Amino acid sequence: MAIEKKAPELMNYSLFCGGCGHGVLLRLICECLEEYGLDKKTIAAIGVGCSCHLKSGISIDLIQSPHGRAAAVATGIRRAEPDKFVFTYQGDGDAYNIGIAETLNAAYRNENICVFTVNNGNFGMTGQKTATSPSGRNCDLTGIPIKVPELIAYSFTPAYVARGAVTTPAEINKLKGYIKNAFEAQLNNEGYSMVEIMCSCPTNWNLPPIAARQRLIDEVIPYYGLGEIKKRGV
Amino acid sequence: MGDMVKGNIAMAEAAMRAGAEIYAGYPITPSTETMEYLSGRMPELGRTFIQAESELAGINIVMGVSACGHRVLTASSGPGISLKQEGISYMNQMNFPAVILNVVRWGNGLGALNGAQTDYHRETRGGGNGDYRNIILCPSTIQEGVDLMYEAFDIAEKYRCIVEIMTESGLGQMMEPCDYPEFREIKRCDWGLDGTYKVRRGDFLGRDLQKESDVYIAKVRAMRENEQRWEALYTEDAEYVFVAFGLPGRAVEGIVQELRANGEKVGFIRPITAWPYPEKAFEELAAKNKNLKGFISVETNGEGQMVDDVALYAKKYGMGSVPVYALAYVCDIPKDDTLKADFARIKDGEIKEVY
Repeated sequence: MAIEKKAPELMNYSLFCGGCGHGVLLRLICECLEEYGLDKKTIAAIGVGCSCHLKSGISIDLIQSPHGRAAAVATGIRRAEPDKFVFTYQGDGDAYNIGIAETLNAAYRNENICVFTVNNGNFGMTGQKTATSPSGRNCDLTGIPIKVPELIAYSFTPAYVARGAVTTPAEINKLKGYIKNAFEAQLNNEGYSMVEIMCSCPTNWNLPPIAARQRLIDEVIPYYGLGEIKKRGV
Repeated sequence: MGDMVKGNIAMAEAAMRAGAEIYAGYPITPSTETMEYLSGRMPELGRTFIQAESELAGINIVMGVSACGHRVLTASSGPGISLKQEGISYMNQMNFPAVILNVVRWGNGLGALNGAQTDYHRETRGGGNGDYRNIILCPSTIQEGVDLMYEAFDIAEKYRCIVEIMTESGLGQMMEPCDYPEFREIKRCDWGLDGTYKVRRGDFLGRDLQKESDVYIAKVRAMRENEQRWEALYTEDAEYVFVAFGLPGRAVEGIVQELRANGEKVGFIRPITAWPYPEKAFEELAAKNKNLKGFISVETNGEGQMVDDVALYAKKYGMGSVPVYALAYVCDIPKDDTLKADFARIKDGEIKEVY
């Protein structure tokens, strides 16, 4: 028997391209906000680029941060409003290139925030390469694709770090589990959590949505690997 | 009179008494004592002090605090304020108030530690991208710095704007006796984000930019109308009116008194707000003074920056034919003898007008 799952009320209209992973991730975050009863006590700091679409995509309080600075803005919110649930939502270019200083320093301070970064290997709004782009660039000159979750998990003392993917229903379910762990880490005052979400970007990859997803599975995810990188309480 | 206290520390303490709950920033000399003092004082008061990794992070932390309706302070010096401009522009876009202390040091780039007024153009014209203004308060004594800092938070919340105290290295570093105001009760602004999504965002794609701009400019006009501050001396019959702010303003005031005692018909305008520029002082002067032979802008930068505003507002109030001179002394505080000698050179026609 088919089960119809009701979309979370927090979800608003989506401006993302067809086949983009942002929409699925946004839905997972909205589901979690409702399941934990946080829909009326959350303040988010969002990045620039495709993340801007959260302004219309989700009905919660949020601040449009300058490019790359969401973790610093979230730090301000967290310190000012200790009883609220605070998360950032950024792309890989935002969090790992232009904002790597703010991203790493918030993790280093172990700020009690959740950081969600969508890794689709490019600056989605403008299309240029990021530090996570696995191909299309000379790694001798531009560096090998960066694994920021591992950097944070192994260098600092965060509460929880994981990498999930928007590829198959099974992976999406696992990703929701990672997001829930990140939520619980903050709610239990365990400290900083980061979940990186591997997504395809059919528009900038110049591939149809299904082929883009297949490339993500065949070429990108094998390089990065999925799973929990720093488990809670370990 | 209260105890002798250093300018940077006095203004930091005034911010605490005004109810600043959080400080976030990164130090730059000559503003550093502000941050050093607060690193101890804020925990003592049960408030939050955050040493940010950079000025960028500092202003963005300030943005997050301000968005939630809490009083927040950051401080730096010229180069650090440069780094904060992105955040200041964003905060103007979202009407988030904050108070910023800029203890100006001389120069471009890294510059030097000497006090100067080299940041005048940037501060009075906005500084970052966009079409905005910040209120710029310029004390000439430590007591005035304390009083302005105390009031700055009210002004920032009244208009939901950025208020900057723009002072110089000398005032931040020197000591004077000063009295502190009483501690204010800490209150959170009720418009602040509280997680309930009580203020719904407009349509991301269907923005009415004419309307957004009109609303913002109405605020700018109210600020310009209501917040001009200045001190004026002997402007009604002066032949030459000196215009100077900050520590040079204080030095020039002394010279004006001395020249007056010697029979020279000189007057003085000391802008306390660099923006909004105290154009009403020029309007009043134009209405009653028929003897005017020149305006003399005294500044510590390369060739005068405020002199542009002096000329603009002289023109606006019908004094466009009056010569406007600039005495620019690069840095520190101009010496009395130098000022008097250069005034004589202006009268002798040796120094030409800028406008």
